[in-house]
Amino acid sequence: MQKYSLFSLVRHARRHHEGWQRAWRDPAPKKAYDTVIVGGGGHGLATAYYLAKVHGVTDVAVVEKGWLGGGNTGRNTTIVRSNYLRDESSHLYEFSLKLWEGLSRELNFNVMFSPRGVLNLGHTLQDMRDIERRVNANRLNGIDGEVLDTAEVQKLVPAMNCSPDSRYPVLGASWQPRGGIARHDAVAWGYARAADAQGIDLLQNTEVTGIRMQNGKVSGVETSRGFIAARRVGCVAAGNSGVLAAMAGFRLPIESRPLQALVSEPLKPCLDTVVMSNAVHCYISQADKGDLVIGAGTDAYNGYGQRGSFPVIEHTLQAVCELFPAFSRVRMNRHWGGIVDICPDACPIIGGTPVAGLYFNCGWGTGGFKATPGSGYVFADTLANERPHPLAAPFSLKRFETGALVDEHGAAGVAH
Amino acid sequence: MLRIRCPYCQEARSEEEFSHAGEAHIPRPANPDASSDAQWGEYLHLRRNPRGPHREMWVHTAGCRRYFNVLRDTVNYEILATYAMGERPADEPEEGAL
Amino acid sequence: MSGQVRRLASGGRINRDRGLRFTFDGRVLEGYAGDTLASALLANGVDVVGRSFKYARPRGIVGHGAEEPNAIVQLGSAAASVPNLRATQVELYDGLEARSTGAPVFQRAVGRLGRFLPAGFYYKTFMGSAPLWMASEPLLRHAAGFGRAPTGADPDTYDRMNRHCDVLVVGAGPAGLSAALEAARSGARVLLADEQAEFGGSLLAETRPLGVDGATNWVDKTIGELASRANVELLPRSTVSGFYDHNFLTIVERRTDHLGLVSPNATRERLHRVRADQVVLATGAIERPLVFANNDLPGVMLATSVGTYVNRYAVVPGETLLLFTTNDQAYRTALDWRRAGREVCAIVDVREAPGGELVAAAREAGIEVIAGHVVIEAIGRGRVARAVIAPLNASGDALDGPTRRLSCNLIACSGGWNPTLHLGSQTGVRPRWSEDAAAFLPGDLGVRALCTGAVTGTGSLRACLEEGALAGATAASRTGFGSGRTTFAAPVIDEPRGTPARPLYLVPHARPVSRAPKQFVDYQLDVTAADIELAAREGYKSVEHVKRYTALGFGTDQGKLGNVNGVAILARALGKTIAETGTTMFRPSYTPATFGTIAGRDVGEFFDPERHTPMHTWHESKGAAWENVGRWKRPWYYPRAGETMQQAVNRECLAARDGVAILDASTLGKIDIQGADAAEFLDRIYTIGFRRLGVGRCRYGLMLREDGTIFDDGVTARLAENRYLMHTTTGNAEAVFAWLELWHQTEWPDLDVHFTSVTDHWATAALVGPRSREVLAKVGADIDLSRDAFRFMDVREGEVAGFPARVFRISFSGELSFEVNVPAQHGRGLWDALIDAGSEFGITPYGTETMHVLRAEKGFIIVGQDTDGSMTPADMGMDWAVRRNKPFGFIGDRSLVLSDHQRADRPQLVGLASADGDTVLPEGGQLVDDPKPPPPVPMAGHVTSSYYSARLSRPIALGMVKGGSKRIGETVYCPLADGRILAGTIVDPVFYDPEGERQNV
Repeated sequence: MQKYSLFSLVRHARRHHEGWQRAWRDPAPKKAYDTVIVGGGGHGLATAYYLAKVHGVTDVAVVEKGWLGGGNTGRNTTIVRSNYLRDESSHLYEFSLKLWEGLSRELNFNVMFSPRGVLNLGHTLQDMRDIERRVNANRLNGIDGEVLDTAEVQKLVPAMNCSPDSRYPVLGASWQPRGGIARHDAVAWGYARAADAQGIDLLQNTEVTGIRMQNGKVSGVETSRGFIAARRVGCVAAGNSGVLAAMAGFRLPIESRPLQALVSEPLKPCLDTVVMSNAVHCYISQADKGDLVIGAGTDAYNGYGQRGSFPVIEHTLQAVCELFPAFSRVRMNRHWGGIVDICPDACPIIGGTPVAGLYFNCGWGTGGFKATPGSGYVFADTLANERPHPLAAPFSLKRFETGALVDEHGAAGVAH
Repeated sequence: MLRIRCPYCQEARSEEEFSHAGEAHIPRPANPDASSDAQWGEYLHLRRNPRGPHREMWVHTAGCRRYFNVLRDTVNYEILATYAMGERPADEPEEGAL
Repeated sequence: MSGQVRRLASGGRINRDRGLRFTFDGRVLEGYAGDTLASALLANGVDVVGRSFKYARPRGIVGHGAEEPNAIVQLGSAAASVPNLRATQVELYDGLEARSTGAPVFQRAVGRLGRFLPAGFYYKTFMGSAPLWMASEPLLRHAAGFGRAPTGADPDTYDRMNRHCDVLVVGAGPAGLSAALEAARSGARVLLADEQAEFGGSLLAETRPLGVDGATNWVDKTIGELASRANVELLPRSTVSGFYDHNFLTIVERRTDHLGLVSPNATRERLHRVRADQVVLATGAIERPLVFANNDLPGVMLATSVGTYVNRYAVVPGETLLLFTTNDQAYRTALDWRRAGREVCAIVDVREAPGGELVAAAREAGIEVIAGHVVIEAIGRGRVARAVIAPLNASGDALDGPTRRLSCNLIACSGGWNPTLHLGSQTGVRPRWSEDAAAFLPGDLGVRALCTGAVTGTGSLRACLEEGALAGATAASRTGFGSGRTTFAAPVIDEPRGTPARPLYLVPHARPVSRAPKQFVDYQLDVTAADIELAAREGYKSVEHVKRYTALGFGTDQGKLGNVNGVAILARALGKTIAETGTTMFRPSYTPATFGTIAGRDVGEFFDPERHTPMHTWHESKGAAWENVGRWKRPWYYPRAGETMQQAVNRECLAARDGVAILDASTLGKIDIQGADAAEFLDRIYTIGFRRLGVGRCRYGLMLREDGTIFDDGVTARLAENRYLMHTTTGNAEAVFAWLELWHQTEWPDLDVHFTSVTDHWATAALVGPRSREVLAKVGADIDLSRDAFRFMDVREGEVAGFPARVFRISFSGELSFEVNVPAQHGRGLWDALIDAGSEFGITPYGTETMHVLRAEKGFIIVGQDTDGSMTPADMGMDWAVRRNKPFGFIGDRSLVLSDHQRADRPQLVGLASADGDTVLPEGGQLVDDPKPPPPVPMAGHVTSSYYSARLSRPIALGMVKGGSKRIGETVYCPLADGRILAGTIVDPVFYDPEGERQNV
């Protein structure tokens, strides 16, 4: 792998940038692999990378129906944080956050992780009770966080309307300084480049059309480029997981819905942290390009169209104008949608399925982007050892039978 | 924004008047105590979630407040049929797609 | 106005009688009514309107409309400021203040390092040092951001309007006007929207006559007819910004931006939310620039734009014109220029043998046509001074001879046309490449929308008019109007024949792309041809990857100029066709739309309606502090002068325990349930049974979700044999009502039961305390209030204080309590009467905080505070409220026996006594068995409710503790953020009057 650095930039500039090598190969599919990962988004690419890096499993193909990172990886609002409520989820997200902190160096690719801090606003007394509970739990779990009062919030975000006279006044917030944002495409590309360098085949424009099984065990995947045999198949296909499960003859506790987002035109710096609000329902940060990146809500209906309904955008901008009256004259440049796979408890599913050798990693709902490194790491471990990684164990499919749900609706309340 | 024909009001109205109410035709087990944990979990949580024609329930929240069924394509969002509770539409689409 | 050095002495659609003064970067300039900011700047000879965002290169105006990438300005300052407007779309008004959104000083320094900053350079550095990245990142953000966000609340308002029409015509150029005319004549309801102030589109700069009329006369006549029809609505200054499912479209109408920064007397902008039966997209096309070295120098413009400035605004944006073209149409610009009395240095035509009438006309006018040549580079400092031209080889990918230089200070470019297909693409329909048209054309939009005119690749004006008319007729007939045949007689127009265009997407340079001076593809984001080739070299092959890696098309113009050239350059680098390479999809909004417009009126006081009880004004007059509960405003507590919140709450609590106090309980959800099967229905919905509840009696119920977790709770009364009144929690009233309807309609339609939400039909005053009976007696009630006649959990109907009333002997405080319900209109009357009558007993109003303390003293839970969506009745110690032996069962019953719900170590409700007897445990505090170990510390539970109890003179708390019901007497610890560790003893959750005697006095 050609090393990236300031030095290499200067060196290549002298040669007019003609000497840069491709970031990854475009190989033809082999007939068989040890492991096939279905889905070339951030999670799938991270899984492949850690399979090779940590477990030495390099006979791996990542099968992607479109282009790498073209699903939710490239469509989300890039918030990274780990301040979830339950032990099970906060441990997983914190593990992920720690990986984020060293990711650019690990991948030799600047994923632009920017730990500028995340505020979760409280607007009601119950919000503040929930915030106290969550921050206290986070602290005991070794996750940074504090509860801020209104004045402290105002100091961090001068543009916000913190007036006690507003409809739902800001009573305070939780504050996770280590949280922040990252560059979404870079995460996919960084993992892709590093996985490719380990010899993993990244197969773009290759759509899985069937999952082949023998005696209850997976034997490979049918694709638009022919059959690819595999001993293990890991599906990391976010919103399309239900379709893959149907190919393998089972159903998932997942509904795939549009989740919308929008960006403003680029502005000079005017918002230095990530702001999230459940009650007023929006989340907003300012990307490195200067645009305000704003997350809207999930549409209520199932949809694979990568677009949702306009009233969701209206409600989101009403919330933005309520919290930031000065942004009312700012203009929306674009809005778009992704497909989120939503579980009943707002938590992911990681682990085995009724089909031996077939593993799923899905159901991340609105939490997927921030989990990318951790999800890839624990899923690679789960695949390599054919048993759940300890951090993944609580997130088995089995929990929907036993009732051991990990209810994160509170902490995941606003899509993010 | 979808435009949905309420089979009771006999009018096509904007999505804003309606609320989505989940997958249709999931009967509650007649005798819950007789179902295994796995069967009960399936009833509670497992969904078809198809890519393509999908039967779902909507309720005309800001209209007649009645629940009804919608056959809608989840890819292009076209509504293929709406029909009252307890009915099935005359023109069944390909079962494979469901 | 002598400053307007580039204004022609006559002509144009400007009003020379109305001179306007404006400022640009502090310079005072003058223009005319009818100018855009861009045309006025050009008239004043302003060449440089900004600096590019990455390389800080000087940039000038390129276009004349939505495509403009460079002239991005900020209007005004402070709260009413508007960032990032395109000068080409800003109508000039007197006193307008504009600033360029140019780069700060340090960025110019960075700009000199341009060669070290290829596409994606930021991915390749800063990896090693997070602090260095964090230090650089705000600088990047500063450089990248264009304008500044306003610094105060928006002084303007916005509104929304829902519209329905048979045919929506988007765009009022030649095709749109004829489409609208034809559809209107059929009788269909037509809505015609155009982003410009004046309808007519390209016709406003058209110099050819249409039949006997001048083009603008034809426009005037057509608009005259449209305006005279009752079935037509015209929306100028209205951009169709989004095209959504089921023919829902959004139109942003700018109502007052042409008058000033702040709207004088109306809403500033209006969002039209249109449901159109048929949509006709007559959105035209935007000229494609040519990509050559230094093509971003001020003085390089689109040919059509030059023509538009000359003809429509009487502005000549330069002195000596060089026209660089791949096609015939652009020759008009050179002819217009010459007609304006200015010099044309040459026409550089890519085609080897251009012919036809326009070419002949140019030659006749004495203009040199240099065929088979290209402009490979522009030269100049701050503005074009010379062009370097060279012959092009037959395959169009290399030069074929020596270069030479021509002196000119304006290069007008035409590389063909990019249809404005954004709206169709927004619906998810992919554009398709047409080799014939050398353009992406809209995909098949189905039967509810059609495209017409230049957006379909049509070049001839007459054909646009005819196709538009046909589209209008077709759309109308699809909605049931007219036959679909046109009545339109297209005017005779001079349509000279010529030589086919020769598309060229990247002009070769003497040096390879990587070494040539920068050849810009996307001006706004400084994306060059070399960047695109670099991306391809590095393996970013998908057009989406290239877009994201180079930022091509990510600007506020969404790549209106650069996308197609970019795709073509990528295709060449990959050795693929343009069709194989494909294009990215366009998203709403077509041009950026104001947040406030999309938010509409639902901000500020209308953000979310407040619900007030009938007694609201009384609470207000007593200075109540408020708590938001759902949408309701509820009194939180009533502070008296000089009182702290705790003092007020202590006083209110003691009044309820010792004397009499009164709570406005009107907000509780109330659902009237009637029918022969009402009891059966309630049995299925609640965990407890209702069949055997006597008429006139009340019972507390828990409502579960099907997964066994607690959803709601409340008291239901049996008012008659087949009639019940259900109370829900305040926040859940609507959800519970929908829940009842869901089960009734989808699972049990055979049950004879009906529901009506009566929450706001009633006002409720809860009279609480040992002396409440006396107050009720004094105010006058025709109900026997005696302890034995009116028992705990009884409901009675009668008159109270002269009002018809329902009185419930229920209690959420553990005290003797009468909840008096009267029809809402009598609420304030009842309240006043009770306050009056209670004054001699020291009646004390109390709010939600006291209500919470009183119930916590009794160990009563609040759903949503003590529960969090994962708790079962057993977790809350409420198995007493569950009857698992009902004939049908109830919602959620099966889930209660799932293995996880049977675990002994589930969190369970307990009371918590602060060990020092003094410190109130914090709500939300986490409880641990051992506070010592380093994280992660195993947690035992958390505090859900915690108060100082004035009655008990000590703190009390409720919490959830794993296996807590078996741990009474044990100690748990609550570590605080400040390092203190509080200790608490697990106790029974009922702190006060455990026998429940007080409610029966």
